[in-house]
Amino acid sequence: MQDYSFDKTHIIDIPIEKAMTTENLQVFYGDNHAMHDASLQFSRYRITALIGASGSGKSTYLRCLNRMNDRIATVKGKIMYRDMDINSPKINVYEVRKHISMVFQRPNPFAKSIRENITFALKRNGIKDKTELEERVESSLKAAALWDEVKDELDKSALALSGGQAQRLCIARCVAMKPDILLLDEPASALDPISTAKIEETLQQLRKNYSIIIVTHNMQQASRIADYTAFFHMGHVLEYDRTEKIFTNPQIKATEDYISGNFG
Amino acid sequence: MNSKTTNNIATGIIYVLVAAVVGILIFLLGYILITGLPHVSWHFLTSAAQSFRAGGGIRDQLFNSLYLLVLTLIISFPIALGSGIYLSEYAPNNWLTGLIRTAIEVLSSLPSVVIGLFGYLLFVIQFRMGFSILAGAIALTFFNLPLLTRSVEESLEDVSDLQREAGLSLGLSHWKTITGIVLPAAVPGILTGIILSAGRVFGEAAALIYTAGQSAPIVNYSNWNPMSTTSFLNPMRPAETLAVHIWKVNTEGVTPDALSISSGTSAVLIIVILLFNLSARLLGNWMYKKMTATK
Repeated sequence: MQDYSFDKTHIIDIPIEKAMTTENLQVFYGDNHAMHDASLQFSRYRITALIGASGSGKSTYLRCLNRMNDRIATVKGKIMYRDMDINSPKINVYEVRKHISMVFQRPNPFAKSIRENITFALKRNGIKDKTELEERVESSLKAAALWDEVKDELDKSALALSGGQAQRLCIARCVAMKPDILLLDEPASALDPISTAKIEETLQQLRKNYSIIIVTHNMQQASRIADYTAFFHMGHVLEYDRTEKIFTNPQIKATEDYISGNFG
Repeated sequence: MNSKTTNNIATGIIYVLVAAVVGILIFLLGYILITGLPHVSWHFLTSAAQSFRAGGGIRDQLFNSLYLLVLTLIISFPIALGSGIYLSEYAPNNWLTGLIRTAIEVLSSLPSVVIGLFGYLLFVIQFRMGFSILAGAIALTFFNLPLLTRSVEESLEDVSDLQREAGLSLGLSHWKTITGIVLPAAVPGILTGIILSAGRVFGEAAALIYTAGQSAPIVNYSNWNPMSTTSFLNPMRPAETLAVHIWKVNTEGVTPDALSISSGTSAVLIIVILLFNLSARLLGNWMYKKMTATK
């Protein structure tokens, strides 16, 4: 692979309201320094895509944002959310994840009914009111564009859903918690094109009420849905800008090579 | 030799090996059932054992076996569940957990007669429990714990990490994720583990001879007070089980029909274990369906 300089970077500041920011975020897997000094600002009510080759650190970075790396890696640096450093050991991580929710690469519905997949976490967080629960089930499934397909079979097992439906259920499950920020780790990479299109449509809808950060290795997907795009390379963020700038006029050689397919 | 021939030979050998296993099983089961079943009657199941005369039954032994099994599971399951959850979900990968795992392995390979003698010295003599169901149940717990802990741990580990991540990412605590998501998904596996260990406990004799004793005192099946000495539920009374009964009538039985009693008892023992397996399996499937709401 061609060697690209890690010193020359192009990272913009977000002029509008920010959902969260990271300052000098570093990740270590034991001795392996997997993420170097990532300082990014994420805009509120926008979709930000994190792109880069496999092993570039984009998923590692994303998983830091709601502390999903706690048990497997050491994360240094600041993760600022609502004027709090949520990377501090004093922070209640479970509370953080209610505000910053994550959808994973492979659909992972619980071995429960469709309805219970959504109500389970709600109930555990103290929502007991039946009408409130019903309302959340309906509104979140509608938000994830799944309602029409499953409204008559809410008590069926979620394990019987197709991959695309299951992934939208996972999105609905997050949305039902009314989080602030949705993190998606390659949510469509295990899905067929039709399901992918539905997921993208769903994200476009959700963007009105949520700040979304999505990891994708599909550049068309990034260019279709994201407002901002960050390019990761070997544990470094090399470029971060508005999506159309990244795709039409990249400032960094590595970014240009990656999006034009001349990479590696 | 071309690959097709090799494949055929390999498949052939595998079939022969499987046939050998199944054959031995059928032979054993068939022999026990054919020689034992003719002696099993309602009278046999519902009357007390006789020391000298023919025509004794196994009512008390059958009940004792079941009661001892239930008591053993009541003691051992919570411990196994807790340690299984710890080993699978919390234990860091270090020398201490390595030591715990090794200890469990060693415990599982202890000869049951050693456990029996240990239980005899510690519980029966030192703690003055006497030959009692409780001493037997504790001895069987030692016997049962490694298997049960292992199966709980393995069933939990079989649940995909994706499920844990899903729970955590929704803001559920580690504990709530385990109890609400991982554990229900592991129930069928845990049940299978209980069945397997129960089968072993049910047929155990050596560990019980020295702990639960070899006598079946007359008990009153309408006395439901476990504190009463004549109650069938009293855990401090000695209790001969089916397996111990088989051993005893064969070694020192003086009844004229000792042979038919031991054959009949063996058949009952096997049938109960089969029934137990079958019903627990059905229960496991049913629970899984209920929990996953598969219709």
